[in-house]
Amino acid sequence: MGEVSIAETSQRPGRLWEFWYYFRENRGAVFGFYIFVAFAFCAAFGPWLALYDPTEQFRNNTLQPPVWSEGGSWAFPLGTDPLGRDMLSRLVAGARYSFFVGVVVVTIAASGGILIGLLSGFAPKWLDSIIMRIMDIILAFPSLLLALVLVAILGPSLTNAMVAIAIVLQPHYVRLTRASVLAERQKDYVTSARVVGAGLPRLMFITVLPNCLAPIIVQGALSFSTAILDAAALGFLGMGAQPPTPEWGTMLAEAREFILRAWWVVTFPGLAILVTVLAINLMGDGLRDALDPKLKRS
Amino acid sequence: MSARGLARHYQVGGGLISATQTLRAVAGLDFDLYPGKTLAVVGESGCGKSTLARMVTFIEEPTLGALTLDGKPVTPADWPDLRSEVQIVFQDPYGSLNPRQRIGTILQEPLVINRPDLPAAEREARARDMLGLVGLRPEHYDRYPHMFSGGQRQRIAVARALMLEPKVLVLDEPVSALDLSIQSAILNLLVDLQERLNLAYLFISHDLSVVRHVADDVIVMYLGRVVEKAPKTLLFDAPKHPYTKALLSATPRADPTGKSERIKLEGELPSPMDIRTGCAFAPRCWKAKDLCRDHAPDLVGETQETACHFPIGPFE
Repeated sequence: MGEVSIAETSQRPGRLWEFWYYFRENRGAVFGFYIFVAFAFCAAFGPWLALYDPTEQFRNNTLQPPVWSEGGSWAFPLGTDPLGRDMLSRLVAGARYSFFVGVVVVTIAASGGILIGLLSGFAPKWLDSIIMRIMDIILAFPSLLLALVLVAILGPSLTNAMVAIAIVLQPHYVRLTRASVLAERQKDYVTSARVVGAGLPRLMFITVLPNCLAPIIVQGALSFSTAILDAAALGFLGMGAQPPTPEWGTMLAEAREFILRAWWVVTFPGLAILVTVLAINLMGDGLRDALDPKLKRS
Repeated sequence: MSARGLARHYQVGGGLISATQTLRAVAGLDFDLYPGKTLAVVGESGCGKSTLARMVTFIEEPTLGALTLDGKPVTPADWPDLRSEVQIVFQDPYGSLNPRQRIGTILQEPLVINRPDLPAAEREARARDMLGLVGLRPEHYDRYPHMFSGGQRQRIAVARALMLEPKVLVLDEPVSALDLSIQSAILNLLVDLQERLNLAYLFISHDLSVVRHVADDVIVMYLGRVVEKAPKTLLFDAPKHPYTKALLSATPRADPTGKSERIKLEGELPSPMDIRTGCAFAPRCWKAKDLCRDHAPDLVGETQETACHFPIGPFE
């Protein structure tokens, strides 16, 4: 009870603090958040953090194991790859590519998808049907296959891979947004906004959209990781980032033939992908809980 | 505000095989609203009460008939200017407030849209004043709707509706989603506000005991048509239409000794899509004769208007 009276008299905390207050309830999310921050830090300051240039080859130290196994040394803490490049430096530098892929893909896919979904939710029936059938067609393709086709048309490069993945992920946002919009549009507060004279843009972006954001944020976080995974897969298939770019998927592809001889060359890029994707998914869950006012305690 | 011959039809069905049918949700409604007076509209579910509310608040255009406000006819082109004249309070206080907006934002929104020239400080001051007027505390200003109870939310909904200083307030079953004890508090608030602000109320309800408490005049609707229109006392003491009488007899009374003469109506409310000749109530009416089935009665009478060929007399 004492806490309540304090809250009544003191000034209301800021929005950011309030958000953090609810976010930290979820331990997994906070854990994911810390990893994500470390990941973002690597992405931002990778070139200054790494011990060596990620493309520098140490011809005398090819396929050197990590420091804790026999034959390892502190000079190359996570070992070296078949060309004698330092694994740790390459992983740190690779974070930048993956982060970049995630941010760009989610931004393109989400902004486009939300816009189309909102339009579709408010559009007359015929336009809505056309939009949704197009999205169904895109969804009917296996996503990686479609991305592969698109990359084959556009030419293999990281940029084209990002565009392709964004197009493949877009329909999920469209459907999610449309479904939420249709559900929200029925509610009285939307009618109430119309009665006070809210125009269509205001109705779409100020009244309805904020109430549809919770699932979209979760989708955003999840597709951030999907984008990283897909970019890695495209890289692995040789259709994404091209060697010698230290992109994680490309690194995996290059190291494929050494799986049996040098486990660390494949394991570390794989682990990096796994940990990043897991952390982002955990964070996405916590984000939803913290952003949904219905889940807040009063 | 007055309405003449207000009607709203919907086109339903119309697939590949079935032809489109016309659903007459509201057919030919006349009424007048006066400042400081409450007109109640009663009727069972599906009789067109909510469609009426949507037409009066300029969300839907009437198919036929016209609304006039202060003697001027209303056309869809005028709607944006008339938003501040007519406002609405909804039945469900949980769905009628935007869950993402703080109370302050909810209250200010009507002003932001309709009075963009008003300075922000003035808007906030008005919103805070309104909060006090409906009996809420100043610290509620920064909270979210989910932190409030149903009754408090309905107060907020009323406050929002009054922000534009409307002349007409449509109350679409404003208390039927609330607890009995809260109902009376909200009703008293509404009566109080009406006296203070000289508002005209269009009070839509199916609860006759509530109507008895607040109404000046009452319209009884059946299947989109008016069956009886009368001042409250006349209607409650001497209903003329059989449907009104049946409706009144269904209201529970807090008098265990009083003999209850419950009139039980046979059958279901017919679908408004069946267009039949004659009185809409005839299939369920115990007084119906051949005349009723062949010719629809007109609304006749001076102060107490009834649409019935065989109105109930004073000694029945």
